[in-house]
Amino acid sequence: MNISISVLLAMALITPVQAAKIAMDDQSQLLASPQSAADETYFQSPRESELPNNAFGELVREGRAIFVDTQKNAPQHVGNGMNCTNCHLEQGRQANSAPLWGAYPMYPAYRKKNDKVNTYAERLQGCFQFSMNAKNVPAADSHVINALSVYSYWLATGAPTAQVLPGRGYPEVPAPSGGHDLAKGEQIYVAQCAVCHGADGQGQKSADEYVFPPLWGKYSFNWGAGMHRINTAAGFIKSSMPLGKGNSLSDEEAWHVAAFMNSHERPQDPRLVDGSIETTREKYHANDVDFYGQVIDGVLIGQGSQ
Amino acid sequence: MTLTYWPLAGLCALLLATQAQAVEGQAVYTQGGALPAAMACSSCHGSDGMGMAAAGFPRLAGLSAEYLTKQIKDFRSGTRANPVMQPIAAALGDDELTAVTEMLAGMPTPKVERFGRSAEAEGLGAVLALRGAWERNIPACVACHGPSGVGVGSAFPPLAGQSNQYLTAQLNAWRQGTRQNDPNDLMGHIARSMTDAEIDAVSRYFASLSQ
Repeated sequence: MNISISVLLAMALITPVQAAKIAMDDQSQLLASPQSAADETYFQSPRESELPNNAFGELVREGRAIFVDTQKNAPQHVGNGMNCTNCHLEQGRQANSAPLWGAYPMYPAYRKKNDKVNTYAERLQGCFQFSMNAKNVPAADSHVINALSVYSYWLATGAPTAQVLPGRGYPEVPAPSGGHDLAKGEQIYVAQCAVCHGADGQGQKSADEYVFPPLWGKYSFNWGAGMHRINTAAGFIKSSMPLGKGNSLSDEEAWHVAAFMNSHERPQDPRLVDGSIETTREKYHANDVDFYGQVIDGVLIGQGSQ
Repeated sequence: MTLTYWPLAGLCALLLATQAQAVEGQAVYTQGGALPAAMACSSCHGSDGMGMAAAGFPRLAGLSAEYLTKQIKDFRSGTRANPVMQPIAAALGDDELTAVTEMLAGMPTPKVERFGRSAEAEGLGAVLALRGAWERNIPACVACHGPSGVGVGSAFPPLAGQSNQYLTAQLNAWRQGTRQNDPNDLMGHIARSMTDAEIDAVSRYFASLSQ
């Protein structure tokens, strides 16, 4: 009797989360980045100083402001401590850090997975839904989505459409032959990451403002964000972390520390099916390299940070 | 009966100890430590802890106690080489160090206008401070030192409220390797990628924020 009541209660609590419409159901990359040559020169976006002083330039500036300071400039659409530029470094310009100039020209795109043509606006909505853990995802025709789209369009000035540019997305980092090692990951975390992100992974603030983003826990990205996958996080870490010292970790180190980061709890996957982690894992995480729905040291992962 | 007085005696001792330490921090700062070589901090860093810009003596007021303690220990070990501070740091007792750094951390900080992440950047110094130079793996200074360079936690000290002279001297020390007390060479590798013009411009930029 008690059990059935608590199940009903749990379902009642979960239902409002499910009620949110999900425009794009995951954050997978459309196509992997081609292997980059050593002498690679990446696509170059226009400089900020080249922006025209007209309505277009103004909207680009507004988009940039939202992108680098999402906390302040789109607070109604942010449910955690993140800013867009935490994962898209250098204001969305940095090669191998999912630059906007590499993403914008790939849309609209047909995806077999949801059997529809996905627009760039829907992709941005996915970012808010998952990476920003928004309870209130901006509408496709909202000012926030328009400004971010125009900012992306401007960064992609001169880029070919529907072509995979070198440096788009995050690079592929091969998994260590023996798989991930959480103990090694923790050692690397303590030595390389904790100085900025804190020993507890909760980031660091100046006054009330995050300077270093929280990597797990309730103020971080949720279980539906692309960065929750070990392989995606390993690619980002390998090429861009520690900040300013990209490519200083080995492939194995990047993979171990990515696994350590993503072995911690974070906000629940907003696609949660019938309140069941297992069903959600089968439906949305079956092909992911991740810990969602797995048991580590006797604890079920994916219960969601409260 | 006598036993009941013990907690009171303990409390008195604690109060005395606390008071003694609080007094000691201020005394060390204005009069120096027990050893003569541990000269009074205030003679160079100013009675308000704001430093002396023209001589390049830095502001200490409001800096994290943990950061300040580490610097003194690094002056002693030589990972931060400085002919003026080395003998002072060596003569300063550990209890004096604890007291004076705790006192300094609580001192009032200079007024600094806070620029957010989306602030416009004009000129070499501002661009480096707010945007970085990523083609040489130089992140924006504010990415680690916080908005307007007000400092973050115990590892990333404030840049705002420091003088142009001090900031320039430090960037040059990082570049020349006379200062190498940063975690994982995080600052060293950046300074070594900077030009003289950039060091000058970015130092002036942060110095200007507290004027």
